[in-house]
Amino acid sequence: MKFRGRTWKFGDNIDTDAIIPARYLNIWDPQGLAAHCMEDADPDFIKKMKQGDIIVGGENFGCGSSREHAPIAIKAAGIACVVAKSFARIFYRNAFNMGLPIFESRELWERVSNGSEIEVDTDDGLIRIIGGDAEPLRIEPIPPFMQQLIDDGGLMKHIAKRKTQ
Amino acid sequence: MGMTITEKILSRHAGLETVRPGMLINASVDIALGNDITAPIAIDAFRKAGGGPVFDREKVVLVADHFAPNKDIDSAEQCKLMRDFAVEQKLTHYYDVGEAGVEHALLPEKGIVVPGDLVAGADSHTCTYGALGAFATGVGSTDLAAAMMTGELWFKVPETMKFVYHGKRRPWVSGKDLILHTIGRIGVDGALYRAMEFTGETVRGLTMADRLTMANMAIEAGGKNGIFIPDQVTEAYVRDRAERPYEFYTSDPDALYHSVIDIDVEAIEPQVALPHLPSNAKGISEVGNIPIDQSIIGSCTNGRIEDLRVAAEILKGRHIAPRYRLIVIPATPAVYRQAMQEGLFDIFLDAGGVISLPTCGPCLGGYMGILAKGERAVATTNRNFVGRMGHPGSEVYLAGPAVAAATAIAGRLVGPEQL
Ligand code: SF4
Repeated sequence: MKFRGRTWKFGDNIDTDAIIPARYLNIWDPQGLAAHCMEDADPDFIKKMKQGDIIVGGENFGCGSSREHAPIAIKAAGIACVVAKSFARIFYRNAFNMGLPIFESRELWERVSNGSEIEVDTDDGLIRIIGGDAEPLRIEPIPPFMQQLIDDGGLMKHIAKRKTQ
Repeated sequence: MGMTITEKILSRHAGLETVRPGMLINASVDIALGNDITAPIAIDAFRKAGGGPVFDREKVVLVADHFAPNKDIDSAEQCKLMRDFAVEQKLTHYYDVGEAGVEHALLPEKGIVVPGDLVAGADSHTCTYGALGAFATGVGSTDLAAAMMTGELWFKVPETMKFVYHGKRRPWVSGKDLILHTIGRIGVDGALYRAMEFTGETVRGLTMADRLTMANMAIEAGGKNGIFIPDQVTEAYVRDRAERPYEFYTSDPDALYHSVIDIDVEAIEPQVALPHLPSNAKGISEVGNIPIDQSIIGSCTNGRIEDLRVAAEILKGRHIAPRYRLIVIPATPAVYRQAMQEGLFDIFLDAGGVISLPTCGPCLGGYMGILAKGERAVATTNRNFVGRMGHPGSEVYLAGPAVAAATAIAGRLVGPEQL
């Protein structure tokens, strides 16, 4: 699978309160949440971003609460995938469980600016920066079980599949 | 080779002889927990996947605590959705207004979680129950849906970091100060994906309340779980409350650790974590002159009776600063009643404070004390991220109940010894 889009850069420790502030947690409809995606990190984010764009985070992306509203808001806003140096563990888990593609790359953050165009290619495990002659970057490999979750379409479908087998 | 307490509980629940860090396992869960924020999404996923009865109606626990009593119409809808599900599934552990309290204070208090349990909760502070010697970790709503359906969940066995606390605590230094200091030392991702095992002579002398406070904030260092080795303090706490038989696990002497961190407690004074990360911890004497508008004393971190007693001891016979707001939030109905019977409410009211009903309320910026732009609160809660308690331009300073109470009197950040 390939994701090609413009990048939006955020720093280290982007917490779930920045991704979807708790004052909106009385909403659980994905589109309602998407309207406030990244609001406390960048209040105009949702106006500026386009479908298919890619979020590039620093260390510990998605730290803080367990709210699945965070990956839901990002996905429903139309973000194709998130690439970060590292992810907080519940966010990491949630993303795989509900089907938001996320990738770890320690180098990408330094190599792109806001609005760079990149292509994340999951088939060969590489990220290409478009318009430069830089070497492609390697995505951290995804454990086989997590790949299985993605292939099955998330945790609930994975369970359903296991039940019928 | 031996195993840590975390590895032992995981291996037992996975039906395996041994587990090692990095292994992916399927484990049975003793308690699957959700609240009015996370349960609606889980219930939706549960129903979309075919629904049916939950795996065990006594092991699915739902608590209306975040925006309950309903703060607005949307919150009311979410609580109703959860309530309808609990009734339809005949859940034995569903807690609504009147019986509900902040979930992580409520479950240990009622003996719903016991030592040796594996608890998966759709709330990041589920790690609190590690204080009892249980493996407890926060998961997402889809995880909760899966756990409600199958009674099992996938886990990656974490490496364990061992924290050894030694030395005598200085006056007013509580579990909150120890954990803030620890997070300050290792950073908000210092224990990412790992278990934090709290040991040493100092923690053996801590009350269950202090242990719950410390395990509560393991997530603030990125930890998967925080855990204590159960002992006589644990036994005395659970003996008369445990709903189910319990088991004490311990770490083997030859267990393998990712790292061992020694902490000299004598060097620690009451701590404050400055905005906007829990790791910005400093000793109270180093913070300088910072005017504060509001104290919040409550939450799953510090809303227990022991915390309220500390605050009352400082506030007794004194009055809060002019134009200051002191909001006390007993975490559960039992804490509320106990505080009332002990006369603590009179002390808070005489000091110029107010007492809220049990709720998460302002801790996550819900209601009952939201901050305006430019305002500052000192809170006994666990997160001080941008916008956590209100306007993105407001600030939250994290501290224990002693500093929160002393600050209310002074109107600026101080500890009880600086009054
Ligand atoms: S009191 Fe705060 S941290 Fe604890 S469960 Fe409620 S919102 Fe979460």
